[in-house]
Amino acid sequence: MNHCTPQLLAETERRMVHDQTRRHFLGRCGIGLGTLALNHLLQQDGFGAMVPGSLKIDPAKPMSPRAAPQPATAKNVIFLFMAGGPSQFELFSDKPRLREFSGQAPPASLMAGKRFAFLKGNETLLGSNRKFSQYGQSGMTLSELLPHHQKIVDDVCWLRGVSTDVFNHGPAKLFMNTGFQVPGRPSLGAWLTYGLGSESQDLPGFVVLQSGPRGPRGGNSLWSSGFLPTSYQGVPFRSSGDPILNLRSPQGMSPGRERKLYDTVAALNRSRLDEVGDPEIMTRINAYEMAARMQTSAPELMDLSKESASTLDLYGVKAGQPSFATNCLLARRLVERGTRFVQLYHTDWDHHGDQKNNLSDALEQRCKEVDQAAAALVMDLKQRGMLKDTLVIWGGEFGRTPMGEVRQTVGRDHHIEGFTMWMAGGGVKPGCLHGETDELGFGVTQDRVHVHDLNATILHLLGFDHERLTYRFQGRDFRLTDVHGEVVKGILG
Amino acid sequence: MLALPIPPLAAAVEPSGKVRFNEQIRPILSDMCFHCHGPDDKTRDADLRLDTREGALENRAVVPGKPDESELMVRILSHDRSEMMPPPKAKKPSLTEAQVTTIRRWIEQGAEYEGHWAFLPLRQTPPPAPKNEAWSRNGVDRFILTRLEKEGIQPSAEADRATLIRRVSLDLTGLLPTPAEVRAFEKDADPLAYERLVDRLLESPHYGERWGRHWLDQARYADSNGYTIDGERGMWPFRDWVIKSLNDDLPFDRFTIEQLAGDLLPKPTKNQLVATAFHRNTLINEEGGTDPEQFRVEAVMDRVNTTGAVWLGLTVGCAQCHTHKFDPITHEDYYRMYAFFNQGTDVNNKGTTMEVGKGEVFGKMVKATPEPAPLAKRAKTPASTQVPGSDVIHTRLASLMWQPVEYVEYDTTANAGLKLLPDNSLLADGGGSFNDTYRVVAKSSLKKIAAVRLRVLTHESLPKGGPGLAGNGNFVLTDVEISVGGRELPVKLASADHFQPNYPAQAAVDGDAKTGWAINVAKGSATGARMNADHDAVFVLEQPVSLDGQQLEVRLHHDLNEKYLVGRFALEVVEAVPDLPRSAPVVATAPNTLTTAAKKTKPGATGDSAELMIMKDLEKPRQTFLFQRGDFLRPDQKLGPLTPGVIAAVLAAMPELQRPQHFQSRLDLAQWLVNPSNPLTPRVTMNRLWMHYFGRGIVETEEDFGSQGSAPVHPELLDWLAGEFIRQGWSFKAMHRLVVNSATYRQSSRNRPDLAEKDPRNLLLARQERVRVEAEIIRDAGLCASGLLNPAVGGPSVRPPQPEGVYSFTQNKKNWITSVGPDRYRRGMYTLFYRSAPHPLFTTFDAPDFQQVCTRRSRSNTPLQALTVANDEAFVEMARAMAARLCKELPGPVYAGLREGRILLACRIAYSRGPSLEELKLLQKLSTDLLGEYEKDRAAAEAAWGPQPLPDNVAVAEAAALVSVTRAILNTDAFVTRE
Repeated sequence: MNHCTPQLLAETERRMVHDQTRRHFLGRCGIGLGTLALNHLLQQDGFGAMVPGSLKIDPAKPMSPRAAPQPATAKNVIFLFMAGGPSQFELFSDKPRLREFSGQAPPASLMAGKRFAFLKGNETLLGSNRKFSQYGQSGMTLSELLPHHQKIVDDVCWLRGVSTDVFNHGPAKLFMNTGFQVPGRPSLGAWLTYGLGSESQDLPGFVVLQSGPRGPRGGNSLWSSGFLPTSYQGVPFRSSGDPILNLRSPQGMSPGRERKLYDTVAALNRSRLDEVGDPEIMTRINAYEMAARMQTSAPELMDLSKESASTLDLYGVKAGQPSFATNCLLARRLVERGTRFVQLYHTDWDHHGDQKNNLSDALEQRCKEVDQAAAALVMDLKQRGMLKDTLVIWGGEFGRTPMGEVRQTVGRDHHIEGFTMWMAGGGVKPGCLHGETDELGFGVTQDRVHVHDLNATILHLLGFDHERLTYRFQGRDFRLTDVHGEVVKGILG
Repeated sequence: MLALPIPPLAAAVEPSGKVRFNEQIRPILSDMCFHCHGPDDKTRDADLRLDTREGALENRAVVPGKPDESELMVRILSHDRSEMMPPPKAKKPSLTEAQVTTIRRWIEQGAEYEGHWAFLPLRQTPPPAPKNEAWSRNGVDRFILTRLEKEGIQPSAEADRATLIRRVSLDLTGLLPTPAEVRAFEKDADPLAYERLVDRLLESPHYGERWGRHWLDQARYADSNGYTIDGERGMWPFRDWVIKSLNDDLPFDRFTIEQLAGDLLPKPTKNQLVATAFHRNTLINEEGGTDPEQFRVEAVMDRVNTTGAVWLGLTVGCAQCHTHKFDPITHEDYYRMYAFFNQGTDVNNKGTTMEVGKGEVFGKMVKATPEPAPLAKRAKTPASTQVPGSDVIHTRLASLMWQPVEYVEYDTTANAGLKLLPDNSLLADGGGSFNDTYRVVAKSSLKKIAAVRLRVLTHESLPKGGPGLAGNGNFVLTDVEISVGGRELPVKLASADHFQPNYPAQAAVDGDAKTGWAINVAKGSATGARMNADHDAVFVLEQPVSLDGQQLEVRLHHDLNEKYLVGRFALEVVEAVPDLPRSAPVVATAPNTLTTAAKKTKPGATGDSAELMIMKDLEKPRQTFLFQRGDFLRPDQKLGPLTPGVIAAVLAAMPELQRPQHFQSRLDLAQWLVNPSNPLTPRVTMNRLWMHYFGRGIVETEEDFGSQGSAPVHPELLDWLAGEFIRQGWSFKAMHRLVVNSATYRQSSRNRPDLAEKDPRNLLLARQERVRVEAEIIRDAGLCASGLLNPAVGGPSVRPPQPEGVYSFTQNKKNWITSVGPDRYRRGMYTLFYRSAPHPLFTTFDAPDFQQVCTRRSRSNTPLQALTVANDEAFVEMARAMAARLCKELPGPVYAGLREGRILLACRIAYSRGPSLEELKLLQKLSTDLLGEYEKDRAAAEAAWGPQPLPDNVAVAEAAALVSVTRAILNTDAFVTRE
């Protein structure tokens, strides 16, 4: 087998070494920053410290809207999570040299120390046979699989050098969502609702929607509140019928009677709270209040009959059919109604080359399911004037390898370096191309954005210093970005 | 990831003044120094490590006995920015004066290091003597109180008796005490009344259920195989075994050995084999095209990880890919542990099983309903040719006014896809998935239906034109299930226009997965029948069923031959069926016509018997290799096959004489785990027992006793409990008695504002914790309060009602035929548990999904939980039944005080106490308000009361208002909380 010329990759390796050194340095020196100046921050912004290291929030109103401590460009977030890890090589990253060397063994120098989930070591480079073109003012490269994305190419900021630490689905999804690889930490949506509350008191502040063949691996730990109060955990909604189980009151209970019953329950709970002083009772009182409000607000949310035909067509929503398109429209409606954070999971992008998970029809199908609606969401938000303060994020837990993986068909394994995500609205620079990978797509040659950097940036857009949004748990002030993360200044509008 | 120890509340100083490394020095070094001078060579500076004595001494950072010569002292005292430690760039505060003094004394005393606390032998510290001797009831209290006194904190007063009996009943049995039990306990003047209560509860068969459920979490018990297909499995005999063993107080060492290696004991009993199902609770991937070896390896790894988590409290899983970063668990250790479990006969979905009947584990075999002779034998003669008369019947049935249905939902278990064609038929257009089950939900304009007709239809896309998906166009329809409103309807007669010899239509309603309706015919059949043509089968219901707006659900099972699925079909219904001629072969088919009572269930999760998966080793052992990076495709051949072994560092920490020398089988592993000089097993086990009583363990990270876990808040107490456990012959009941009899446990759980500063998280236990009970117990408490509880212990799983739409999130629709009769009211732990789509009550209330070991459940408090208790069908039914119970216990037409009496009784039932004045007023107001409304709206009152019969002398408005009272009570925090 021939190997690529080493010269081709010299620059890549140099960059990677540089990056590692930088991360190493930051990682070490970042420790302890989270505890600094915390009281200062809290005083400055009107939060007294209940326990040092945490925000003071009235336990009776965990979701009351709170101002961000810094000027914010985004108020809400819609995160389109492409579960499984879409292939950047088939969608965004045209690599002629990869095609040229297709079928050859990857350079040993690049493989050294690399970890892959499934590769057996004898795989060869795989060039994509998809057609790519450049679009818009930004000149972003898109493949034929994403025709609708052409329309938003200049509204979107393209992150082409995203990197993570983890190459297995569950841990990588947890890492993207919580900054840690193990379950039990608060997710981004939980941190944001903890920090900002929610504009909606009738719907949850953090809603999770699912579409695609199955639920995301990792399950509800992906939208967990971790050690934060449980009020901040994500609430999964079904995308058709009653979005929430047990939404309907029992027979014989008119809304008026139900109101009386709920009021009685609340008063009984308050009476017990006075008696025993357990703050958890206050949380329960609030949970019941929210439950009562959801009984009317949730059906109203799901009723798409007032959406115009042109809106439905824009997203590709088919009446009564649960889909990613329906979820995108629901996401807009949720944000309109004040929900702070909506996360959509769409499975399954894990195209290893199985019979069902391949880079041909399976990938095409996934793209068809997602392309139009994702683009429509950005366009719809824009035309409604909502894009300026709604941040839309698109991406998976990792990308895929430059090497092909041979199973029943040909696919690609998980790759933690240099995958593509995009962000739009909420103060990110439209039409911005950020990050480059080497000619074979192994590593990032410029503007690497690590998961922690991404999360730091999201928090920044919403008005938080990621080092200061903390919660004290077991004696330590925890934060979303652990002891890492740097705001990606280059993409701020 | 860093996990820091709990904030040091006080320095534990030995009276001798001897500084303890683990408690006083390690936290300082860990916090201030280890990041740059610790175990991680990637972040290590100046080639100095302070986490080992050798490292510290090597560079004279520490010179034992000579603090002034120790560079460590120089640096921590320095103010020079270039040499001070921690350095300015670390942005850490300087050490406090007290910390500096402690380090100085430690160096003076010789700078001794200690190994990681959890691996050290159990410390034999007798319970100390607190100043307030009178408060302590036993050793537990001496430890707790001594520490509280040190902090200047008073313990809380004992909770009142009503709270105590509710608390200890929920903790030991998971059931509410009855009002009579509460009253008797409140009146009991015996100074040992509480201890007697505890003894009674420990003797209750429900004790084994309550604590068995905790154990089943660790055993990752579930009723399905997991992964995407997630088919049912019959593992409930193992659940029976756990319940029985705990009730029998089987010593924990035996309990351990039987589960890990019961099959390797000399002449194992059947129950000892049942116990080994512990490690067959691993997942099975039933998808087509999987590599069975891959999933065998996954299962073996899960066994290693589970064993590590359950008995050792260690996250050994990290060592699957590499040597553990922080704990002394090497990559090789992992695969030596792996070698114990690598010998099983089971390979993914194949493996050793054993039939276990209902009740057998308890020594009470329940005779299954007599089984009809196997159909294949029985039907041979009559069914091999057209049964005389059957064609007549079928012709008659086929000529009825069949109405097409309107399809509402149609899908398949494997999600292979059904497509609705313009002619209102359904086509399996995805090519079908092996042994798939089709599920069709349909509407009909008919008021009632008496029979369902299944038309199987040809289509150009099907092999040979169909109507089946087999290569020749055939199918075998093994079972047809027809249900309306969640109730499966018995079929009294099945007939078809045509059938293959030995495969008549009746075989599709016999509940036997090995028989079914098929249509193949030999070429040149005398009757001229063709296989590849439209055919139909008619299923006549035992009783016509009123639809009343309800939907019809039909499931078509194809359990016999993988690809023999129906390809295209349509359903039709008819309102009435004429009386069938008595001479017709209804009699001939009688063995196949089923009534609900006679239907024998299939072995499985809900059947009368189970093919229980058990452990068995291969005769010729497999070789075990270390997998590089945990990849089973990359065995380390150079290192060669590994012999079984345990974690070397834990073994090395055991006293030499008690240390086993050889490890060969799972039995050796099990015996090592419960070897009295293995300090981890009793510590981990007692810590979890403590956790269930106080909301958190003495070691809060009960799953991680490694160096990254939290340190014990009361280390001596933990060791004393662990030692007691062994001294008490590994008796769980003895330890339960010890803990729940303590004054610490009996304290009030009321919040103490005075602790907000000193101990806001109640780590020192100056009061009890107030905790919301687990998912299963919420259901159980509701069943207790309503009087509906079916207290039967053990047996197969059941299907209580669950909300519509549970499966709209999942790939696979599950077969959830709601249980009727007593099975509807079993305790929560018997609810059939599908890993991919559990009953929502459980996930909503934080039950795990049992994909892997769960040692601690989280506890959330959400609006979805509120909606569950408020609106879930089961809880609404409980509220109604509780109202009926109140009417029954306080009967009669309304007289002065009756309404109040019923409210008082409701509170006594639900809260084990009477209401406060305020609570009473609130409930009375609700009752009065709604009574007024219901008196004006009889229909609403009837709807609120529901389908249960109205008690004598009770007006429906009265009854409906009472339902609101009971429903309000069930929804209060006090009801779902153990105070």
